[in-house]
Amino acid sequence: MNKIYSELQWLPRAPGTFNGQLRALRGLREGLGRELQALALHALDINQLIKMARIIDKARYGGEDLRPLEPFRLAVLSNSTLDLILPALVASAARHGIALEVVAGGYDQVTQDALSIDSKIHRANADAVLFALDYRALGLKASPGDHEAARANLEAATGHLQMLRGGIKKHSSKAVCIFQSYVAPPETLFGSLDRVSAETIRSQVDGVNRRLVENILELDDVLVDVSGLAETVGTADWHDPQLWNIAKAPFAAEFIPLYADHVARLVAALRGKQRKVLILDLDNTVWGGVIGDDGLEGIKIAQGDATGEAHLTLQRFALTLRERGILLAVCSKNSEEMARAPFERHPEMLLKMEHIAAFRGNWENKATNIRSIADELSLGLDAMVFVDDNPAERGLVRSLLPEVAVPEMPDNPAHYARVVSAAGYFEAVTFSKEDAARAGYYESNSRRSNLKTQAANVDAYLETLKMTITFQPFDIAGRPRITQLINKSNQYNLTTRRYTDAEVAAATEDPSVFTMQVRLEDIFGDNGMISVVICREREKRVWEIDTWLMSCRVLGRRVEHAVLREIVKHARAVGVEKLVGAYRPTGRNALVADHYSKLCFTKVSEEPQAVTLWELTLGDKQEERIAANAVSRPPEMVDSSAL
Amino acid sequence: MDDAGIYTRLSTIFGDVFDEDEIEVTPNLSAKDVAGWDSLTHVRLMLTVERAFNTKFSAQEIGSLENVGELIALIRKHICK
Repeated sequence: MNKIYSELQWLPRAPGTFNGQLRALRGLREGLGRELQALALHALDINQLIKMARIIDKARYGGEDLRPLEPFRLAVLSNSTLDLILPALVASAARHGIALEVVAGGYDQVTQDALSIDSKIHRANADAVLFALDYRALGLKASPGDHEAARANLEAATGHLQMLRGGIKKHSSKAVCIFQSYVAPPETLFGSLDRVSAETIRSQVDGVNRRLVENILELDDVLVDVSGLAETVGTADWHDPQLWNIAKAPFAAEFIPLYADHVARLVAALRGKQRKVLILDLDNTVWGGVIGDDGLEGIKIAQGDATGEAHLTLQRFALTLRERGILLAVCSKNSEEMARAPFERHPEMLLKMEHIAAFRGNWENKATNIRSIADELSLGLDAMVFVDDNPAERGLVRSLLPEVAVPEMPDNPAHYARVVSAAGYFEAVTFSKEDAARAGYYESNSRRSNLKTQAANVDAYLETLKMTITFQPFDIAGRPRITQLINKSNQYNLTTRRYTDAEVAAATEDPSVFTMQVRLEDIFGDNGMISVVICREREKRVWEIDTWLMSCRVLGRRVEHAVLREIVKHARAVGVEKLVGAYRPTGRNALVADHYSKLCFTKVSEEPQAVTLWELTLGDKQEERIAANAVSRPPEMVDSSAL
Repeated sequence: MDDAGIYTRLSTIFGDVFDEDEIEVTPNLSAKDVAGWDSLTHVRLMLTVERAFNTKFSAQEIGSLENVGELIALIRKHICK
């Protein structure tokens, strides 16, 4: 059963022509990033991962354009051999939309690399540092009968890790620290008593892991739960004593692709690339049987029926995902009425209509429907996961919408939830109350959409929402959400500048930097934080809008006008006469190409890579003019000569 | 599986492990003949052979191999057990 994990069974098998296809990418200039990602979206063995990594490294070194893959530099420190693992990380990262550069520390030079200010690691200016340590790096020793020694061992191990972390924070402060949990070897001293007695390796590894987890929560570090992974596949398989003896490899080579995928997911999550929506097919996915043929009485979702229970497990899994903020959607080839019937009338259905943020029951092809779901939710196709038992449907969506994640499904529905979970599409590095409430916002958004079709015009509709906006500078309470938005926001983001928590704190503290967090409430509830702005004084009396991002949830509500008014108010209060802003296209933020134009900024120049620069001179009554644009005239009617 | 079968599979394996497209697998072929056949690549080669033939080699068996001919003999010994 652990093959679901070790063979990455949610990914299609690599084509027989893999080597040839990879070779064909060697001369490619256009679209190389996209082709690499498509090839990486297969289950690859270490040889294939290494070949792919070589192509990626060469392309990166040669300055090739790897977009849409996002660059990320990862320093990796280890007490074991990394040679087989690092290329696997690079290739697996491409699967998740990241062009990864790895900088390796010297073999077993972890302490020196972490603590010396001029080590290769610190000179690398990495985005994150991964401590890929295994239990042997902790210097643990069994000390049966000597409780004091056991306690001292544990303190020493934990202290050592904190010292390593301190080195990174001191010399590479902008890098995120990524730690791994430790896997105890299966060999025990007593047996069951190992877990109970503090003086055994097993118990000490438990202790180190417990402290590690407490610290991660406190310090905004990131955890790769290697211990959890090893538990899942079995530590007896995970630890390979012969491979350690031969090559100082930290775990069995068969798990390298799995481990690499797990690290890659976390790197992608640090860049906001985790998925946000689970789109479910209905027949033989959410229930057993076909609703159109079997009717409400015939479909299998009853407790007590093994097939029914299998499908209910998937429903339960979906509901739990929804509770942590993942949106649920439905895409089914049935009439809408048939598709809705079990949600509305079957007593055993766990999923109800109110849990579904977007519902498509029709006879159109599923790719068209998924595109329409993405539009309705104002999210990119790359936020979608599509689960369907039918390989033909899966194939169609994969070929028409390559950005959508489509897991391979096992034959047995009892394993559906396990496979979707194993794929790790919804990996996260933080979790807040706002995340948990997200699904609710989208569900009430679909109630808002119904309102929209009834309103006579957009302004009247906006009035009915009774929106209240609040503006505040960055503060400690808002910081986690601010940092999260800065790092996750891709579509409504003018400059896509990413800042670490430490950098956000620095901006908050700096009196010369203008910071603003914006919250929005309306009749449907609290939308939470919906915009983040950072302005910096570039020259006397000129503010550069360094960062301006907004949540796509509030598109079309003219909130941007209100935000601009607030920026202008603060700017004028300190004598600023001009605002300048840049639009940096990333391939994901085409949405905001005319953001500044709509706000009546003047385009100043067009720069390389399609970057545009804009400015707004702040005359008298500027705020009133902006308000006038926002409220009574649709953007098309603005007379710019009047400004 | 006869020797010819083992040779064919080894050719594919060499193609997967090394960047060379056309490595001629002959009994005398050894590490010094192929660019990039260092100790770590050797480990990777052995792991790939183990997986392809569904068997496991001991450290002693791996360490004693001088050339491909000896590897084939070792594989034959394992799959005919």
